[in-house]
Amino acid sequence: MTTLTVNGIETTLDVPPRTHLADALRETLGLTGTHLGCEHGVCGACTVELDGSPARACIAFAAACAGAVVRTIEGFEYDSVMAELRAAFTAHHALQCGYCTPGMLITARDIVLRIPGADEARVRRELAGNLCRCTGYQGIVDAILAVLAARRG
Amino acid sequence: MKAAAFDLVRPRTVADALAALADGARPLAGGQSLGPMLNFRLATPERLADIRTLAALRAHAETDDTITWGAAVTHAEVEDGRVPDPTGGTLRAIAGHIAYRAVRNRGTVGGSLAHADPAADWISALTALGGSVRIAGPEGEREEALTGWMSGAFATQLAEGELLLSVTIPRPRPGARLAYRKLCRKEGEFAMAIAAVLDDPARAIRRVVVGATDGAPIIAEGADAGPRAHAAIDAWPGEAWKARLLHVSLDRALGDIAA
Ligand SMILES: Cc1cc2nc3c(=O)[nH]c(=O)nc-3n(C[C@H](O)[C@H](O)[C@H](O)COP(=O)(O)OP(=O)(O)OC[C@H]3O[C@@H](n4cnc5c(N)ncnc54)[C@H](O)[C@@H]3O)c2cc1C
Ligand code: FES
Ligand code: FES
Repeated sequence: MTTLTVNGIETTLDVPPRTHLADALRETLGLTGTHLGCEHGVCGACTVELDGSPARACIAFAAACAGAVVRTIEGFEYDSVMAELRAAFTAHHALQCGYCTPGMLITARDIVLRIPGADEARVRRELAGNLCRCTGYQGIVDAILAVLAARRG
Repeated sequence: MKAAAFDLVRPRTVADALAALADGARPLAGGQSLGPMLNFRLATPERLADIRTLAALRAHAETDDTITWGAAVTHAEVEDGRVPDPTGGTLRAIAGHIAYRAVRNRGTVGGSLAHADPAADWISALTALGGSVRIAGPEGEREEALTGWMSGAFATQLAEGELLLSVTIPRPRPGARLAYRKLCRKEGEFAMAIAAVLDDPARAIRRVVVGATDGAPIIAEGADAGPRAHAAIDAWPGEAWKARLLHVSLDRALGDIAA
């Protein structure tokens, strides 16, 4: 049994050690907002917040996350930075199919909070670990830059 | 793909971890190399010992001449300056270009040194600085210089049942410089070529490390270390295009030192 906090709720999971965190979230808890692409750390679709920082849920094993605090895209519904990012993603056409979007948003929120002075080159560098096969990235970069600019006032 | 079944133990102390390793467990640190290997079933260990949060491996320390990072210090902690950087910023910058932030938040320096991917960044950078690692095993603790650490791709002096505890880096003296060049096509990728050059005139040290050679790095020391490393690349058995990239990265790093 593994006990961890998921989106503010203490949760006990009965999964074998080989189950990675993304499968535990999706299959056991029904939190399907966390997506899976490559399952080896490259694509970023599975990015969640783990103990306050973005992490790959496909190469973290749920049993090794005992005691951890996990936030998935579902857990950001009432987060004010995420609300700004959602609006900006809509305004700047930063998604098409939406497959990459949960991971993109969690990475984007980290950029906004950790690097408030980021310029376009830095935003692109920070996004290098999140692949999008639809948008060509320009809309995503524009959306993040818009939120950064608005927060700088 | 999904990992094959394994057992997971979470030791609380180094002694417990060593007991788990003696019992056949393999260390799991950040899981940023082992996780993909498990998912691909390139690794099918029966048991893993999660050492990521062991207090002894999370610590860092400083003396007048050295800094020491525990094996479980993460790339992101180095990037953010949450542990001391004896080069005044070069190691922070190197950390910031390892993989992606989500990977850096979990991946550890010790895991990278133990994994010993020839294209990994810490192996080359910390070898150039003259680093050494502290290892605990059934027979007690010992120290190994990084210059002799790798015996080939993914092969090190670490024996089965041993745990990497920490890495110690001698402080370069004032006036010293570390140049580091990593060639890759995309931000955060593993390098296609690496050159690290330490120039420390006050200690009369010039050390050149050429990494991403598909095996142990090329290491040359002394005033003519640059030309000798170039000659070693010429003699290197790998593909010509790759040798060319090694030459280019070395030229650039030597240029940074000369500039
Ligand atoms: C998408 C992606 C991109 C990457 N790009 C780069 C890059 O550009 N440059 C780079 O250098 N690295 C890169 N990496 C690798 C990353 O740096 C890993 O974090 C690192 O190689 C392994 O550290 P870890 O803590 O995750 O170790 P783990 O994956 O947990 O372990 C790796 C190996 O080391 C052993 N081990 C771990 N800790 C110890 C210890 N204390 N004592 C003994 N054995 C131990 C394990 O048993 C295992 O065999 C990348 C990884 C990913 C997923
Ligand atoms: S599914 Fe985790 S990084 Fe691709
Ligand atoms: S919107 Fe389709 S992958 Fe990014």
